[in-house]
Amino acid sequence: MKPLPLIVQVLRDPPVLARLSAADWDLLLRQADKSMLLAALGALVESHDLMGAIPAQARTHLDWIATLARRHRSGVQWEVEQIRKALAPLGMPVVLLKGAAYTMAGLPPGRGRLFSDIDILVPRARLDETESALRMHGWISAKQDAYDERYYRQWMHELPPMVHIQRKSAIDVHHAILPLTAAQHPDSAKLMGAAVALGGDSLYQVLAPADMVLHSAVHLFHDEFKHGLRDLLDLDRLLRHFGADPAFWDGLAARAAELELGRSLFYALRYAERLLGTPVPAAVIEAAATAAPGSLLLALMDQLFLRALLPQHPSCADAFSASARFALYLRANWLRMPPVLLARHLFHKAFLSPKQ
Amino acid sequence: MLSLASLSRRELGERLAGPGLDLGTGGFVTRLSSPIASVADGLHLLYGDYPVHPNGQFADFHVSLMPSPGLRRWYKPQVNFCYDGQPVFRPLPLDHAFPMFEWGLNWCVSAHANNHLIVHAAVLEKDGLAVILPAPPGSGKSTLCATLAHRGWRLLSDELALLRLSDGMVAPLPRPISLKNASIDIMRDYLTVPGQAAPVFSRPVSETSKGTVAHLKAPSAAVARAGELARPAWVIFPKWEAGSEAVLSPLPKARAFTGVASNAFNYSLTAAPGFELLGRIIDQCGCYEFRYSRMDEAVALFARLSSGLAPSAA
Repeated sequence: MKPLPLIVQVLRDPPVLARLSAADWDLLLRQADKSMLLAALGALVESHDLMGAIPAQARTHLDWIATLARRHRSGVQWEVEQIRKALAPLGMPVVLLKGAAYTMAGLPPGRGRLFSDIDILVPRARLDETESALRMHGWISAKQDAYDERYYRQWMHELPPMVHIQRKSAIDVHHAILPLTAAQHPDSAKLMGAAVALGGDSLYQVLAPADMVLHSAVHLFHDEFKHGLRDLLDLDRLLRHFGADPAFWDGLAARAAELELGRSLFYALRYAERLLGTPVPAAVIEAAATAAPGSLLLALMDQLFLRALLPQHPSCADAFSASARFALYLRANWLRMPPVLLARHLFHKAFLSPKQ
Repeated sequence: MLSLASLSRRELGERLAGPGLDLGTGGFVTRLSSPIASVADGLHLLYGDYPVHPNGQFADFHVSLMPSPGLRRWYKPQVNFCYDGQPVFRPLPLDHAFPMFEWGLNWCVSAHANNHLIVHAAVLEKDGLAVILPAPPGSGKSTLCATLAHRGWRLLSDELALLRLSDGMVAPLPRPISLKNASIDIMRDYLTVPGQAAPVFSRPVSETSKGTVAHLKAPSAAVARAGELARPAWVIFPKWEAGSEAVLSPLPKARAFTGVASNAFNYSLTAAPGFELLGRIIDQCGCYEFRYSRMDEAVALFARLSSGLAPSAA
């Protein structure tokens, strides 16, 4: 494999930023853009106080994206308040997931993270009420096709995505963190039971630290690697942040086993450490390794993941990058549902669904 | 720095088909590559005055115009505008490659340069003061802009008024002026004056989404002074009306504000800083509506405007 891409070198060792030439930045900014990490790169430069040490052109680009990041942040806060108006009357806690959780809880992955949807988790029994309450406040299902409706309602772990009719903002309402058709069934009641209030908030909660890390891992390693490096960086940031408290590490592997997410945790720790140099105690690695695949499969997974986790940019690709991504796309679908159902689903998407 | 005119048409074609050309326009550097002859022809014709930066340094935008692959190479060939390798728009017929380059370069700026409030407007300067002409398509903005740019005003931009969020100054981006349909021949006639250099137009391309389009070369002096900022002094909404006298009528500030905001690409994105900046600019500017039909009258009226005389009907 080729040496680590510039963006990965920078994320591993931010002081490198001060030594980059304008030509290096020309490449770095493009790798960051393709990985959805431009604003995060800006936040990194700022937090290491290096704005004065980088070429003026690069500073300008980071200034451009900072405008977007500021607007994004206030947009997310506004949307979260709008959703509050819709859901507060239901009298149940609502768990914010992923980007919205990081941003609203002020966690490190939230710095410079741009995302398009707000994800929430509610009990499955309250799904219908949640959907009608959001409808009353202007969110409508974006998918109209009967097949898509059925795909989501019968097999998936979320409602069909809803989009606000005026603001076009999107919300994904989950009742679980993995599809109903997947082989693993992380118990949503356990996740919600351990969730913690967001600051002093009466409505919103976020997942407990270990669960948040596990959800981030399952999201990355069960999905299609569209923004693999961004998602791995989320994990790195969460692990460094929560890992400062030794108690965090103690129960992590056991919690993963309890939620049937041991394999995802194993991959998360392995690749965060390998690519981003995330510090993980040896005992935790050892405990997580009980869920590791056999050595032959692991050798294959290394080949696939270490390619697909890099930015989808020509400068980071080798002869096998495209096949690795395609293999992981198939794997993501494979993990989502049993083979017969999968064959039926892929057939439908290929031949019957209306084209965009 | 080297200008594009120092490359022969053949050298230009080789650069574009090979390592790419680092072209400077206003404050931006675009690394452009394309194997398409009409792109090289258009650049050779209209971009001779622009700087060419050394290869392999920093470029703000990485752009390629590529023929669509596969069967499209033979059947109704198409062109894609790619940003760092990815197509950004639907492909267009291959013949539209040069106008697509111009539109795509506008997109590069308007979609990224968010340290400015970016308004869809023509901007020109005289004595350090800028006039901003925001307008929807069909209002004759480009025709008026092309006229003024050859009659005493310096072209800052035909399409994008870049208002710096830091200080409200206009950052020039002088590029070829896009003219449509009847305007092409009207301007060709109007700008052809005995004893003066003939205006330079790109080959008109017909049946685009905007009808027939041709680009008029920007005056060399405007390109040479692309680094000189200007302070906004007037906001004028032009409207061409058949047979109309040239009439400049004062516009209430609140209407001028909403008029500019609705023509801005990133008004919502720039949020409070954009709102405050636009407020200051509208406050410091004379705001008018301008109706006209005859170019000479428009030129005379704008000349009076810049000399500080109270504007009135011509």
